[in-house]
Amino acid sequence: MLTIAQTIVDAIVAHARLDHPDEACGVVAGPAGSDRPERFIPMVNAARSPTFYEFDSKDLLKLYREMDSLDEEPVVIYHSHTATQAYPSRTDISYASEPHAHYVLVSTADEVDVEFRSFRIVDGEVTEEPVEIVTGEVE
Amino acid sequence: MAIEVSIPTILRTYTDGAKSVEATGATLGAVINDLEAHFPGIADRLVDAGSLRRFVNIYINDEDVRFLGGIDAEVADGDNVTVLPAVAGGA
Repeated sequence: MLTIAQTIVDAIVAHARLDHPDEACGVVAGPAGSDRPERFIPMVNAARSPTFYEFDSKDLLKLYREMDSLDEEPVVIYHSHTATQAYPSRTDISYASEPHAHYVLVSTADEVDVEFRSFRIVDGEVTEEPVEIVTGEVE
Repeated sequence: MAIEVSIPTILRTYTDGAKSVEATGATLGAVINDLEAHFPGIADRLVDAGSLRRFVNIYINDEDVRFLGGIDAEVADGDNVTVLPAVAGGA
């Protein structure tokens, strides 16, 4: 299960809406091993595409160095689908490389009712998980 | 002195969980061969048909090796090599 603060959910959805019709992407980092998504880090989609996202390679290095120095890990890796449902595509599955992360997908296909779902992607296997949205800090 | 190679989480199954390992070699390709000698199977995750895989980023110090000659990029003792899988996907 993913437990995540309402403020962070709102920030992810706002980012997805802002970049629509291109895909938006980013990370929510948290203390290593804690499973607590705490630090919202929107990333630039270097592909600037409605059907693809990729973190810029320099930004990626900077992000991982920063998380390393703060003893953090990517607890959530999020991106948006802008014309399809919030479910991992074949491309998402083949490039998923953080077995401990929650892969959050947001769909902005419906402008009003934004879909927000979370998955584990391990060795090509997708498992959807419940999302618990809490107000205030995640315990 | 040797070259320090940072290993991403997903490849630590090859390195007994080590976050960083030492290797030797004058080019990135030679470093990868040296890694393969100690951690069999790891090279295939980095290289496909003699070229670096598109969705694996490798950096020498702070520079993406794509701008340094790819698999032929030169490395020197004391350099840091960082491997990071791309964070990518799409509808």
